[in-house]
Amino acid sequence: MKHILSALVLNRPGVLAHVAGMFAARAFNIDSLTVGRTDDPELSRMTIVVIGDDRVVEQVRKQLAKIVSIVKVQDFAGQDVVARDLMLVSVSAPPEKRPEILALIEMFNAKVVDIGPKFVMVEVCGPETKIEAFIDAARSYGIRNVVRTGTVAMARYSRSQSE
Amino acid sequence: MTETTAPSPAKPIRKPGSQIIVDTLVEQGVEVMFGYLGGVVLPLFDKLYDAPIRFIIPRHEQGGCHMADAYARATGKVGVVVATSGPGATNLTTGLATAMMDSIPLVAITGQVRTDLIGNDAFQEADTTGITRPITKHNSIVKDPNRLAQTIREAFYIASTGRPGPVLVDIPVDMQVAEIEVKPAEPVNLPGYKVRSRVHNRQISLAAEAINASQKPILYVGGGIIIANAAAELSELAHKANIPVTMTLLGLGSIDQGSELSLDMLGMHGSAYANFAVQECDLLIAVGARFDDRVTGKLKTFASKAKIIHIDIDPASIAKNLPADIPVVGDAKETLVELLREVQHRDRPEWFAQIAEWKKKYPFRYDKRAHAIKPQFVIEEILRQTNGDATIVTGVGQHQMWTAQFYRFKRPRQFITSGGLGTMGFGLPAAIGAQVALPGQTVIDIDGDSSFNMTMNELCTAVQYELPVKVCIINNGYMGMVRQWQQLFYGKRYSCSSLKNPDFATVARAFGAVGMTVTEKKGVADAVAAMLAETHPCVVDFHVDREENVWPMVPAGKSLHEMNGLDIFESMA
Repeated sequence: MKHILSALVLNRPGVLAHVAGMFAARAFNIDSLTVGRTDDPELSRMTIVVIGDDRVVEQVRKQLAKIVSIVKVQDFAGQDVVARDLMLVSVSAPPEKRPEILALIEMFNAKVVDIGPKFVMVEVCGPETKIEAFIDAARSYGIRNVVRTGTVAMARYSRSQSE
Repeated sequence: MTETTAPSPAKPIRKPGSQIIVDTLVEQGVEVMFGYLGGVVLPLFDKLYDAPIRFIIPRHEQGGCHMADAYARATGKVGVVVATSGPGATNLTTGLATAMMDSIPLVAITGQVRTDLIGNDAFQEADTTGITRPITKHNSIVKDPNRLAQTIREAFYIASTGRPGPVLVDIPVDMQVAEIEVKPAEPVNLPGYKVRSRVHNRQISLAAEAINASQKPILYVGGGIIIANAAAELSELAHKANIPVTMTLLGLGSIDQGSELSLDMLGMHGSAYANFAVQECDLLIAVGARFDDRVTGKLKTFASKAKIIHIDIDPASIAKNLPADIPVVGDAKETLVELLREVQHRDRPEWFAQIAEWKKKYPFRYDKRAHAIKPQFVIEEILRQTNGDATIVTGVGQHQMWTAQFYRFKRPRQFITSGGLGTMGFGLPAAIGAQVALPGQTVIDIDGDSSFNMTMNELCTAVQYELPVKVCIINNGYMGMVRQWQQLFYGKRYSCSSLKNPDFATVARAFGAVGMTVTEKKGVADAVAAMLAETHPCVVDFHVDREENVWPMVPAGKSLHEMNGLDIFESMA
């Protein structure tokens, strides 16, 4: 099962290496990992998607919490969260297929961000299922390249923060 | 304009970084340091020249790290080791990993090349923080000299609190040379590091209820008892609630093995009575122990009839290997104090009768009538002549297990051994570190010939600093434990496990120590007496029965009650 872990970490050199090294050393699998600055220049946010049963993921969470440069770790399992991936995808688009492809892009609420003679570059943003669905739909036209950010997520206010 | 004049600010005091390091070490209560010189720690060593800190120079940084580690194990204080950049730092790694696995508070200070050279493959440059990240509790590199003092304070705090461990501070040489303003110490503020101190009352009550209701409880305790200085509380709990106690290798000394409640060590080479009791108990109370594979054997069948209470300061240790019915996160001492209030005495006559029967039937045994010197005989003789009071250190292998089985430990910090990492070569440097910590006390390294071969150059150190450590080599001319596994599991094909040793007594004398060789059983007692009377470092080479095995033995992956060797015990009864 997929778990989204959200970690607030000190914005220091070596923290990413520490996290990545811990995953490798303890044979945990990372599905995706994103890092970005927060509004506080001292802190960064890591969003880590881990696949494993609850016991394994609980151990991952505890091991992350032990790292001195990690301030806080949360497992979003069982919580209502907003989760988003961003994808840039280069889809083969010969002139005769372009109307079809543009219709597809519109249907997914995606955006064309660049156009070449043979390809269009599309920006797709949304939950992972939407990204995957777009890839499936675009596959028949031919995909040249896919770049994805991995998941970022935040808990919704309704349940998680009202108690 | 007011008349009052503000007190003129005192002229700021400026000092070089190297002096700040030394001042901070003194402020942290450091009395002894171990370590080795090199190019980029010269500024630091220049200031150590005048410092009120005793400095012990090993012959190899690994030795220095084990010495600092054993100093910490013997005293409970933080051990400190220094090394230069590059090879100096990489030589520390085995020592750091050893301390990490056994949760030993250690601060390692390494020199680093100038900050402007970092990343350029400079002479003696290595990515020390990168290399040591997985084998330290925390590490950091100082790139602002104003952070020096605080980084060192944080290192001591992290190393010695919570579940202790080694912390490394990497200090580029230009940080040591920089002149900086001396500032007053600030409290340590680490937003990502919280030490859990208060124990959860509800969990304590649940644990106490389970203990009071149990017919067949057992306490399974590890190094956490010794680290937390909780031996007295453990003993009190065991006696008050009437619960037998088994100890891990690192837990030995948690309860006096002369006590009726002691079931001695459990696990792969543990006592049959401890292993049977674990398999039969209805409540397993783990305190400061981590369900290591050498303890549990096949995890699925370990204590499978029991409810499990797991008390540990490290939340990640709980439910890592085996789910706990009642997890209690907390310091062992504080938790036991809380539990003591709520537990009640129970007689449990059937349980103790069963245990007494196992104890009677399966004590640790060896062939006492044998003509050859049996390793166990040597250890029993050391036990007898030291009255069980010596501080004992070991290497890793068969001799370590026989020591754990046949020396009877009375007190915490009496047994110093590399458990988790199983570091051969730990013995001699660790004995030196312990002897530095315990002047005037008897420190004996019961070592294997192969373990001793790895770090025997540290005899120089013992001689130089007049540290009267005693080394008893249980010499079978093999990597004995490897040979035992080859005999039992690889059809007696002794691939690469037989070694040609030097004459250890001659080697000892060449180093300036005393050397003796014992080849006959009748010479053992006199040699041990002579060794104990010796005021110089002393090596006694006991040529023991070459193919003696450690029994009982739970083969890797088998259940704890599936011990081999009990038939051998019975035949010797």
